Amino acid sequence: MAEAAGAAPGAAVGAAPGAAVGAAPGAAVGAAPGAAVGLGARLRPYRVVLAARARSQTSYRANFALDLVSSMLAAVVELGEIWVLFRSVTHLGGLEFHQILLVFGLADLAFSLADVAFGHCDELAVYLRAGTLDVFYLRPQPLLAQLVTGDITLRRLARAAAGLVVLAAGLALNDIPWGVTSVGLLALALASGIAMFAALFVWAAGAQFFLVDGAEMTNAFVYGGRYAATQPASVWSRPLKALFGFAVPMAFCGFLPTLRLLGRPGPDWFPTWLGWCGPLAALWAWGMALAFWRWGVRHYQGGGG
Amino acid sequence: MVAAGLAAEVSARASARATARVYWRLLRAGFRRQSTYRLAAAGGFVANATFGLLKVAVLFATVRAAGGELAGYDVGRMNTYIWISQGMLGSINYTGKTEIAVRVKDGSIAVDFLRPLDVQAAEITTEVGRALFALIPRGIPTVLIGVIIGMTAPNSPAAYPLGALSLLLGIVLSAATVYLVGVCGFWLVENRGVQICYMVVSGFLAGLFVPIPLFPSYLRIAAYATPFPSMMMFPVDVLSGRADLAGSLGRLAVQLAWLVAVGAIGQAMTRAGRRQLEVQGG
Amino acid sequence: MNPIIETISLTRRFRVRDGVRRRELTAVDDLSVRVEPGEAVGYIGANGAGKSTTIKMLCGILVPTRGTVTTCGLRPVADRRRLARQIGVVFGQRSQLWWDLPVRESFRILAAIHALPAGLERARTDELVERLDMAEFLATPVRQLSLGQRMRAEIAAALLHAPRLVILDEPTIGLDVLSKQRLREFLIEQRRSHGTTLLLTTHDMGDVERLCDRVLVIDRGRLAYDGDLAGLGRAAGLGRAAGAERVLAVDLAEPGPDLTGIPAARHLSSEAGGLRQRLAFDAEATTAARVFAAIAERADVRDFTVEEPDIEDVVRRLYVGRAEPAE
Repeated sequence: MAEAAGAAPGAAVGAAPGAAVGAAPGAAVGAAPGAAVGLGARLRPYRVVLAARARSQTSYRANFALDLVSSMLAAVVELGEIWVLFRSVTHLGGLEFHQILLVFGLADLAFSLADVAFGHCDELAVYLRAGTLDVFYLRPQPLLAQLVTGDITLRRLARAAAGLVVLAAGLALNDIPWGVTSVGLLALALASGIAMFAALFVWAAGAQFFLVDGAEMTNAFVYGGRYAATQPASVWSRPLKALFGFAVPMAFCGFLPTLRLLGRPGPDWFPTWLGWCGPLAALWAWGMALAFWRWGVRHYQGGGG
Repeated sequence: MVAAGLAAEVSARASARATARVYWRLLRAGFRRQSTYRLAAAGGFVANATFGLLKVAVLFATVRAAGGELAGYDVGRMNTYIWISQGMLGSINYTGKTEIAVRVKDGSIAVDFLRPLDVQAAEITTEVGRALFALIPRGIPTVLIGVIIGMTAPNSPAAYPLGALSLLLGIVLSAATVYLVGVCGFWLVENRGVQICYMVVSGFLAGLFVPIPLFPSYLRIAAYATPFPSMMMFPVDVLSGRADLAGSLGRLAVQLAWLVAVGAIGQAMTRAGRRQLEVQGG
Repeated sequence: MNPIIETISLTRRFRVRDGVRRRELTAVDDLSVRVEPGEAVGYIGANGAGKSTTIKMLCGILVPTRGTVTTCGLRPVADRRRLARQIGVVFGQRSQLWWDLPVRESFRILAAIHALPAGLERARTDELVERLDMAEFLATPVRQLSLGQRMRAEIAAALLHAPRLVILDEPTIGLDVLSKQRLREFLIEQRRSHGTTLLLTTHDMGDVERLCDRVLVIDRGRLAYDGDLAGLGRAAGLGRAAGAERVLAVDLAEPGPDLTGIPAARHLSSEAGGLRQRLAFDAEATTAARVFAAIAERADVRDFTVEEPDIEDVVRRLYVGRAEPAE
């Protein structure tokens, strides 16, 4: 039997939203005959699958070193792109380099953690092509929950480690008024960021119902979103602010919390108290993602009668 | 299937013209295969545009913060750089993944060696065909965005033909260099390390994120010691008119030199790999 | 008694893009069928006749365009999750197991999914492992199993939660004779001991013959026949129960005259001047061995095959209704 304690942290992140989606509707539809199941029992199948997947991945320990090194290198190069710009200027979007580190760190860490638990959702395209999605219908669980909890990519924790290093550097190099408020803000920002990126992955999966080979299109927004989240939104033009500020609220992952944390003034359209509104942005993102998912499923089933 | 028919043709009439025709067909096949993926192409365009707009935001802000001009780039020139480099995104291989890597891994490369086609040339030609096709749905519309936004056009007419040549050289060089990653599979159990390294550094050193003239001097030197700038940065310089005639010709020469070098290494590696296969028993 | 499956005027249409134009394809047309608990029904038809579409609508994967479908008293799409606890489905070509995990893990996961108490899980798993002889490959990852082993595991997976209705979509496709036999016996036994209803789609008349008391024939989306095998044989003009007739094809050493007059056998055709001949015989009245022996007395046989009866042929003949022998 799989122990939840033994599962990787990514599993906890993955199970929670999945279970939230799964538990409530399941309870509403009505329990199966003879199964007055509590929440723990309801979560058990998800835990078992995740644990099995996690176990099968921990055997590849040799590759983890390679993943760690390449993740660090990738993080260094990405950071290097911004750093190169700072050879020529001192402020970008009103922020200095050590302040950008915070934006970058928060966004990168949030993305990588979401990637561990949700990054595999684009496999849906493969299932659709092979017709194996039908198998999901035969199990008494919500489709999305099955997709999300069906796998976990521990390998990507290496990338999360890189993001964590950058975040730590940012926290160390900046003059932050440490206290309950700032720690709370950071935690809230990180959690919201993870939720937002998770929603982005779910949205990208839902889009596969409509696109054939549509991975490039959705990647544009998933990886474009990530890129946007590492930038100071103050440099954006109006359309970009609308797109990545509010429609796909990437600015709420790293930039706005950083402004709030450092007590910096906000640019047009972005008052700094928005730094606390990460959860709202995450709710919005998840609402869009779930609506899109349902639309996609209905399209797949030819629903509506 | 296409290749099997072609092989028969070549063995029947082994002449230089026949060989040329073979490669022309390969080019077209790579070209045609991509046309079926229309939605993917449209998606590629969306990707180009999104990243392009984000880069515009950051790089313009940088130029403005530097007082309107930075290492020879003003806002207009930066615009040109961004949209041309984004337009080339689908034609330059930054992922390090190739089809030949898969074929080497699963052993079907042995069949390729039996055909009277040069494996390296065939692979590169197919890749180039694919890359050239991608210019149509991805490259041109992306550059059009730049035109609409107001990028500066090159001020000499020579920039166009020279630019086209530079673009072609860059594309071929990219295909030839990433081929090297693929054939590493003859000796390495797991290609992933090399491929990831390639993916991580290729974009950066090719000047995809930041124009190379903006690099600090030591990074600039390091970049020029690799073939990557010749893949993208130089074609962009020539096409955008940032390089004058002498500069353009110089860049073309460097591109050609790299192409010859990489091609020779690839040929040597292919031969060695073939010997390796024969020794192992395929 | 409430039927376990009931469809009323069930219809499903698809819009298919044909180049530039759009066509409408009717996969299932006005299907009205009723299956009582405990029945064993064979659902046969040519490829593309609508079998898979019907199954998908029964399971809640597709929404009907018109008409209604009720499975186990539930609406498949609306009550999909409740329904999933009561049915077990085996897709012959798509696996329900977790591909890279050992077989045992798949069972464990499924037991957790269906919330089986530990005692029941153990009892059911043990029973299925024993009956289907799976002990030797329980620890093997599913992707390394042979087809026969995989099908056994799939059936066990579908039956783990003791469903009331079991739907099998081409379960014996690609299996060797021995595996088919074992699977059929297992299904018969499960029906007997648990009263499970069986719905089987297949191309194999042998499956239908040995497992089903009732046959539904679907042709181009429409129900062409609903009844037993004997009736099907009559309706197809076979003069006997469908599937009861086998064809023996012999390759002779030398061309010769038509082999007529063999007891309980009927000459069908000769090729190459009598070098290759085909004879139909009634499997209830005689055996392949006896027919072969009779032929061997008259001619020198180089090679022979016994052909299984063909579903498409039966279906075709439902419409043609010729009294000619099955080919």
